[in-house]
Amino acid sequence: MLNAIEGSQAIAQAVALCRPQVVSAYPITPQTHIVENLSKLVANGQFNCEFVSVESEFSAASVALGAAMTGSRAYTASASQGILLMAEVLYNISGSRVPMVMTCANRAVSAPLSIWNDQQDSMAVRDAGWIQLYCADNQEAIDTMIQAYRIAERCELPVMVCVDGFTLTHTLETLDMPEQQQVDDFLPPYHFSRTLNPQKPISVGTLVSPDYYSEARQEHHQALLDAQAEIIQADQDWGKIVGREYGGLLNIFGDADAKIGILCLGSVLGTLEAALQQGLVTEKVKLFQLRCFRPFPSHALQLACEGLTHLVVLERALSVGSGGIVSLEVAVALNYLPQPPKLYACAAGLGGRDIPLQILPKLLALTQQPPQPFQIIDLK
Amino acid sequence: MLEIRIHGRGGQGNVVAAYLLASAAFEVKQYCQAFPNFGAERRGAPVMAFVRIARNPIRQRNQVLHPAFLIVQDEALLQIPEVLAGLQPNGGILINSNKSQIDLPLDFAHDVVCLPATRLAQEVLGRPVPNTALLSAFLSLTDLLPHDALEKALQHRFKGKVLDKNLQLIEQARSLVEANRWTERLESLYVKRN
Repeated sequence: MLNAIEGSQAIAQAVALCRPQVVSAYPITPQTHIVENLSKLVANGQFNCEFVSVESEFSAASVALGAAMTGSRAYTASASQGILLMAEVLYNISGSRVPMVMTCANRAVSAPLSIWNDQQDSMAVRDAGWIQLYCADNQEAIDTMIQAYRIAERCELPVMVCVDGFTLTHTLETLDMPEQQQVDDFLPPYHFSRTLNPQKPISVGTLVSPDYYSEARQEHHQALLDAQAEIIQADQDWGKIVGREYGGLLNIFGDADAKIGILCLGSVLGTLEAALQQGLVTEKVKLFQLRCFRPFPSHALQLACEGLTHLVVLERALSVGSGGIVSLEVAVALNYLPQPPKLYACAAGLGGRDIPLQILPKLLALTQQPPQPFQIIDLK
Repeated sequence: MLEIRIHGRGGQGNVVAAYLLASAAFEVKQYCQAFPNFGAERRGAPVMAFVRIARNPIRQRNQVLHPAFLIVQDEALLQIPEVLAGLQPNGGILINSNKSQIDLPLDFAHDVVCLPATRLAQEVLGRPVPNTALLSAFLSLTDLLPHDALEKALQHRFKGKVLDKNLQLIEQARSLVEANRWTERLESLYVKRN
């Protein structure tokens, strides 16, 4: 049903539609409205679930892990410092191959203290072995939440759904909320194959000697790579139900025969699209929304970038002392092309700095020069 | 697409005002987007909120830099240069003030309309929250959306006495400004697509 609704409230409703039995969370800006709304739904009797209030994000993730290991569909959400406090548990969840879903309401990481949006938090845990999906708008956030449970449960891997804090979480817009029956059909009740059961004890997360550790890591790596097929499939299958698809791993917009491409993650996509629609540049441009960052879709990217002469990678985070995070991985992937495009690595919109429409001509101006080292493009 | 920027202070219901205006647009099947720009999270701090209303889906998510209209919930905020920044030359400003006329800095020749919204709210709601009275006046000035769309948006957000009193407040406020004063200029203020 169409409604004008705030992003966080919509995400909370989408979570409830997935019928997790356990939600455990600790509030942190800009994630707070999501868990507040979930808590309200539980209190009002509209959502039958065990809502566990905890004293920290470390416990939030731990409770969700325990719940998922005992067979519940589990959910948590956090941001910024909260994600970092969870970091140890995040590795445990994925390494134990336990399916669950969390929302990261993307926010800058202190210090200096910033409550505003960038993607440093989820990027900081990019190696934690979770699937990471970045949403461009709130409709995608709703649909991706529902897809995420199916991906998680089919792959026995946790999924982090990343939504830009404030830019999406605090924006009210016209959204289509799926019906409960549609979600139930897509997400049938789940049975975790390794559910902890005192009648049939098993050990999970035990000490692994050097004889087996590398193989365990290889299996986890391969499981993430293989998850690409399920991510694409979930997008297509849910798309058949609601009539909306997001390109699976990589969503491509703009001029198909353009020679210049811009790759971005998250909500800045819409601003770039609007700048094209409003004619801020005359060049043909192809826009790439890297929807799936983990697993990194090297092959899809190689196919999509064939024929490009220039590719600008626009990030909302950086590896301090190195430069671009995503751009480095894009460079490695495109290195396998016979004629890779020239690569331009930059960041903008850190700590909530507004990214205006004028970013588009600025990005295209970069391509007039030979590639430069990574730069933050909107410094004052 | 029409862009509106709301300025106020933390606690004046700036975000609610933006959400209500966007929700009213939704009620008449327009696309809408509303979001706040929080500064320090405390009462009294200057706060901005943005509204976009369009016939097509709204893609951009940047702050509104060149609004068609400003709604200013506290006239003292006009002392901050950023409040008037970027307003379109043909745009209008609705200010919460007990004065009948406010002179803008010399560089600005925009049409200003004043509404004693805090006083009205104090009388009707018993609380100094100027947001819904200003929205009602804004709809009278522009005829951008019908008043019953705002009523429906209020009905979705509030219940009981708060709703009743707000409905009474917007009814009073709508006739206190010149109806359709800004209606003709609307067309010139839309953001064009290619």
